[in-house]
Amino acid sequence: MYETIEYEVINNVCTILLNRPDSLNAFTATMNKDIKNAIKQAEKDTNVRCIVLKGAGRGFCSGQDLSTVDESMNHGEVLNTLYGPMVKQITNCEKPIIAAVHGAAAGAGFSLALACDFRIMAEKSFFLNAFIHVGLIPDSGNLYFLKRIVGDAKALEISVLGERILPQEALALGLATKVVANEEFDREVALFAEKIANLPTKAITLMKRALRAADALSLEDYLTYEAEGQRIAGLTQDHREGVQAFVEKRKPIFVGQ
Amino acid sequence: MDFEFIITSKQEAIGIVELNRPKQYNALNRKMVREIVEAFEQFERDEEVRVIVLQGRGNAFSAGADIDEMAFDDTIKLELLNQFADWDKIALMKKPIIGAVQGYVFGGGFELALSCDMLIAAEGTEFCFPEVNLGVMPGAGGTQRLTKLVGRTKALEWIWTANRITANAALQHGVINQIVQKEILIEETMKIATQISNQPPLAIRLIKESVNKAVDYSLYEGMQFERKNFYVLFSSEDQKEGMQAFVEKRKPQFKGR
Repeated sequence: MYETIEYEVINNVCTILLNRPDSLNAFTATMNKDIKNAIKQAEKDTNVRCIVLKGAGRGFCSGQDLSTVDESMNHGEVLNTLYGPMVKQITNCEKPIIAAVHGAAAGAGFSLALACDFRIMAEKSFFLNAFIHVGLIPDSGNLYFLKRIVGDAKALEISVLGERILPQEALALGLATKVVANEEFDREVALFAEKIANLPTKAITLMKRALRAADALSLEDYLTYEAEGQRIAGLTQDHREGVQAFVEKRKPIFVGQ
Repeated sequence: MDFEFIITSKQEAIGIVELNRPKQYNALNRKMVREIVEAFEQFERDEEVRVIVLQGRGNAFSAGADIDEMAFDDTIKLELLNQFADWDKIALMKKPIIGAVQGYVFGGGFELALSCDMLIAAEGTEFCFPEVNLGVMPGAGGTQRLTKLVGRTKALEWIWTANRITANAALQHGVINQIVQKEILIEETMKIATQISNQPPLAIRLIKESVNKAVDYSLYEGMQFERKNFYVLFSSEDQKEGMQAFVEKRKPQFKGR
């Protein structure tokens, strides 16, 4: 069903594996569409409570496949028709998404990781805003996400200098959720995903919505929005379970409803 | 009364009409429109009902007209059929109609929404007039009602391009009153409907009539019309009660007489 990725759901965790290892999982039009459709599929699947984006082979994703770039390419058109819809699908996704980064996350591959909710980095991995090296600007939402994490000054520095951001620096900048040893990478990612998948999923959804909404709202309107969110959360089974477990002094079992 | 394509119910003083062809995204066929009008008319006559709420079951409010039904129509058949006479009746309703919309609000569905007095939309709702893509144009008030709401500039853009209009854009341009998170669309709509149903019904009714006149009348005529309605309310028991309660610093009990 997918050409460039592998899609798998195990124990409520959906793993989307970018599977073009020969080109360090560089983007092609098909991969843009495959990722978009896979996120859509995972969103619809009620069994899925957490999504992991991962790269096969030596790295996460090296960005646009430059072998497909020629003079006839309309870069704006490519973004509007391929990358934009993919990024929107990811940011509109109501389920938590983890980017599991080993090796390179460069160019649009960095953007892809930034569009996710969490970034777990292997010790031997790096982010690279490579666009400057080919005379382009960071795209696929890159600066939109980056400035919100590191601020305008640092976002510009990262983009203009185009240097590798190693895991420890990424951690300090808030770009990485955690850094794990290379040999522990798969296991750590799986553990983290499992942990997220067992949390009250609806509450995570409502937090993601609230954070997004906050960008566009006054405090007054945000407080109304927040009250709506808490009303919805207050109706969930997981909320009742959490309170019940607290009263009974036991560990809650959340089902994501 | 039994309806085929809609469901009606009452909650306290609120009459609810629910489009019920969820598998067809509540596509409107002629019988369905007639049923909606009949349901509205019943609620108009029902003394217990003070406010009408219109909503769509499923993921979409309504994705438009049933194309199969009209694909082979010709001019004379349409003239003789005079199907839009039913639509005209919606505008004659004197009780407030509040629409709760979600998902797709397209074509005839958008026109139906525009026939409501207030609209509450779930996050992610999309509005669109796709008629032009089929070689036709809106026929149930789309070019007229939208233009009166948002002005000529935006109306032409939206109806010519058939671009999708986001809930945020619809809010900005005054097409809808409010955006709420999707899980509580009905709850929030009922809250507003209840608030209005607790207001003095005659005043609510004459306010609707006067505000609607402002759309068509000159300012001078509109002012005269408003004045007459203002005077009319002084024949009502609710005016006496309202002003008496104000003086006595208590809550008024409105009867709609």
